[in-house]
Amino acid sequence: MTNHKIDVTVNGARQSAEVPARLLLVHFLRENLRLTGTHIGCDTTHCGACTVLLDGQPVKSCTVLAVQAQGREVTTVEGLEKDAKLHPVQEGFWQKHGLQCGYCTPGMLMTGCALLARNKDPSEVEIREAISGNLCRCTGYVNIVKAIQYAAEKLRAQ
Amino acid sequence: MATPRTSPEISGMGHSMKRKEDPRFIRGRGNYVDDIQLPGMLHMDIVRSPFAHAKIKSINTERALKVPGVLAVIDGATLAKFNLHWMPTLMSDTQMVLPTEKVMYQAQEVAAVIATDRYAAADGVEAVEVDYEPLPVVIDPFKALLPGAPVLRTDKKDKKDNRIFHWEVGDKAGTDRAFAEADVVVKQDMYIPRIHVASIETCGCIADFDRVNGKLTVYMTTQAPHAIRTVFALVAGHVGLSEEKIRIVSPDIGGGFGGKVPVYPGYVIATAASVVIGKPVKWIEDRMENLQADSFARDYHIHAELAARKDGTMTALRIKTLADHGYADAAANPSKFPAGLFGIATGSYDLKHAFVEVDGVYTNKPPGGVAYRCSFRVTEAVHCIERITDVLAQELKMDPAALRMKNFIPAEKFPYKSALGWEYDSGNYPVALRKAMDIIGYEALRKEQAEKRARGEFMGIGISSFTEIVGAGPSKHFDILGLKMFDSCEIRVHPTGKAIARFGTKSQGQGHETTYAQIVAEELGIPAAHVQVEEGDTDTAPYGLGTYASRSTPVAGAAGAMAARKIREKAKKIAAHLLECSPDDLVREPGKFTVKGAPQRFKTIQEIAFAAYTNHPQGMEAGLEAVSYYDPPNLTYPFGSYICVVDIDRGTGEVKIRRFVAVDDCGNIINPMIVDGQIHGGLTMGMAPALMEEIQYDESGNISGGSFMDYLVPTSMETPAWETDKTVTPSPHHPLGAKGVGESATVGAPPAIANAVVDALAHLGVRHVEIPITPEKVWRILKEKGAAE
Repeated sequence: MTNHKIDVTVNGARQSAEVPARLLLVHFLRENLRLTGTHIGCDTTHCGACTVLLDGQPVKSCTVLAVQAQGREVTTVEGLEKDAKLHPVQEGFWQKHGLQCGYCTPGMLMTGCALLARNKDPSEVEIREAISGNLCRCTGYVNIVKAIQYAAEKLRAQ
Repeated sequence: MATPRTSPEISGMGHSMKRKEDPRFIRGRGNYVDDIQLPGMLHMDIVRSPFAHAKIKSINTERALKVPGVLAVIDGATLAKFNLHWMPTLMSDTQMVLPTEKVMYQAQEVAAVIATDRYAAADGVEAVEVDYEPLPVVIDPFKALLPGAPVLRTDKKDKKDNRIFHWEVGDKAGTDRAFAEADVVVKQDMYIPRIHVASIETCGCIADFDRVNGKLTVYMTTQAPHAIRTVFALVAGHVGLSEEKIRIVSPDIGGGFGGKVPVYPGYVIATAASVVIGKPVKWIEDRMENLQADSFARDYHIHAELAARKDGTMTALRIKTLADHGYADAAANPSKFPAGLFGIATGSYDLKHAFVEVDGVYTNKPPGGVAYRCSFRVTEAVHCIERITDVLAQELKMDPAALRMKNFIPAEKFPYKSALGWEYDSGNYPVALRKAMDIIGYEALRKEQAEKRARGEFMGIGISSFTEIVGAGPSKHFDILGLKMFDSCEIRVHPTGKAIARFGTKSQGQGHETTYAQIVAEELGIPAAHVQVEEGDTDTAPYGLGTYASRSTPVAGAAGAMAARKIREKAKKIAAHLLECSPDDLVREPGKFTVKGAPQRFKTIQEIAFAAYTNHPQGMEAGLEAVSYYDPPNLTYPFGSYICVVDIDRGTGEVKIRRFVAVDDCGNIINPMIVDGQIHGGLTMGMAPALMEEIQYDESGNISGGSFMDYLVPTSMETPAWETDKTVTPSPHHPLGAKGVGESATVGAPPAIANAVVDALAHLGVRHVEIPITPEKVWRILKEKGAAE
């Protein structure tokens, strides 16, 4: 199997690697770069635990090949905190008890960030639609909605 | 407990303290099994059977061994050399680790490929050639018991049929007599479908055998690390694994719900591989393996009968159930309870007579019978009693709320001995139901329903007034493989007044690091922020039976309180020494001991802790530590009343939950925010089997519902905005007055939803709808009754 050279910017840092064509982006992030915040919960793009931002758009990294990220920017949960300050979405999940086991949380956070980047004042229905591709088994979504609302308010105030 | 006794700085019971575990999770710094990468680690992947029942004629590994990166293929014959090809289940049945003769269900493990990376392992799996000879399958559990049905467990020499057990409880003669004398008898068959917990993290492990010191460390997705260690020592003792050389580490767990209690073959194969190869071996199952092969929940075929007088007084309950356990009884029940705590089936009602029978049966399906966020078959029992209660209400043309009120166990009868032998610790059922009715506006909804019915619209109101039974359990009756179901806590207070507390349980999202710290804070006055909670490492934590069946707060939480109280006793003596007074002259306030009548004379717990290491009284041991192994005197009986309002689309049959009010009572609450979160999640996992989830098999034993393509887990779109409230009836025997809560809502919600749907359709003559109540099922009913749009 031939390897391909890729240059990807991950959380602001340029990463170069030789990877097999079939390597999934999620494995590249988790195993090559050891960014294990991005989780795997299914293999069929249903659960959203592996959601990362690719050029700002949420994608499920279990169905993106690492080579498809060539020349692009990836943001993972590890890239949300800036200067030791939590992103408002992270803060919202903590304040509003938007997580329990924590496994779906990174994907939820990334989806929440992407939503708030394009919609500063989402309604409850818009939030629920945005996260409908991210499964959570613990929280019943009620507090996840509240967490994203908390973040929206905080971002609007900034 | 209305107002917290401690300050927010201390954050004992009653404070909605923000969770201590969250800072790592929201930063992506959790540490789940698949996040662990050890030097030289190999990867394992599993070859699985396409057939539900087949003889294995041959396994050819030649091609697989040529795949680059593949190092070994392990099959049943490999393990048989070490007598590791079979293992005991938690119910003292046996199941295969890898087969040597035949496979018993679709997706059963057939062989394992060990390779240098996970891609190579998957390539190897593709290249293993297995020759099968299909055998007749037994899928329908009723047919499994018919004479002439193929006997599945041919490995058991004297087994002549497919019955696993017959279990009964209650007074048969008295119940039969009450039925004979009853004014009204209602009967209903109901099926509680096979479902899967589908925690978002699947199962897996890394087995790391160190050849130099002979020590085995297994990082594992397990809810019960200590019990697993003992099971490993018992199963593999003959090949030299000794319990002091086994360390089980359960790191962060991405949801458990009962699915991470059993020992799965993958764990054992990976361990055997690591022992033989001498390198760490990682096995992480994928979602389809998780849904298709790991332990299922439920699968109870229930026939229920309820006897009553004309005025609605319930007199007797009779239940006969067929339990499909798959090819092995791998349920995770306490040993003496083959049908778990199904005997809670008399529920919240003052029934004088009851008799319950359960027959367990083998079929060609995956083994199991674990919980799905439920305390050992309580959900099945609650669905049964709450559904049949509504059937009776319909028969008598009584309001279901009024019928419940009439039959509730009166508050003054607690502690209450049920007809099936349980002693309910405390309860006040009418208050909870009335509160739920007031919040939702029950009477107004009934009026609205009548108006809508007149207009041809379908709206239903469903009630569930459930009683749970959690916190297993008293050692007299409760054990798993002989291990008594106590739990434990060890607290060490450091010289600077900070503490570490270790427990025998293992959180999978319940927030133990916070809740347990609050218990210690409540009892010792050390701020919860200064109490480090650890669980899940068998080398450091005291022995305990783990977290499932809502037992953490009732058992380990109690152990935490008891250990803290032991420390408190010693702290008081040290304080007396420091204050030069008698311990009897001291009173405890949060965080300090004060001399009676002299509030300015006190010693803080921090001062006392320092003295315990720097200035302890002569004749007293230095240090400030304690361990407690808590054997609960009884289980706890949380309860609640749920009311659900549904609207049904006449065109599509879709059931829309308009409102759902949940009034829960779990006794005294440690962290209200966490309790609320547990109830939200529980309600969602109650709605799931009520409306969406089911694993089905066709006649050949092919699974449907084996991936997230067709096993529908609720998303944010189907899940309503739950409304929660509470009543507080403390447990009289728990040191904190607390009860378990993590599963109440999963248990209580399904019948509320099912009752609401039946209520919406009742005027068409509908008396029962099987869960999951899919749009298709409802549409077919509407169509049949000429009511579809």
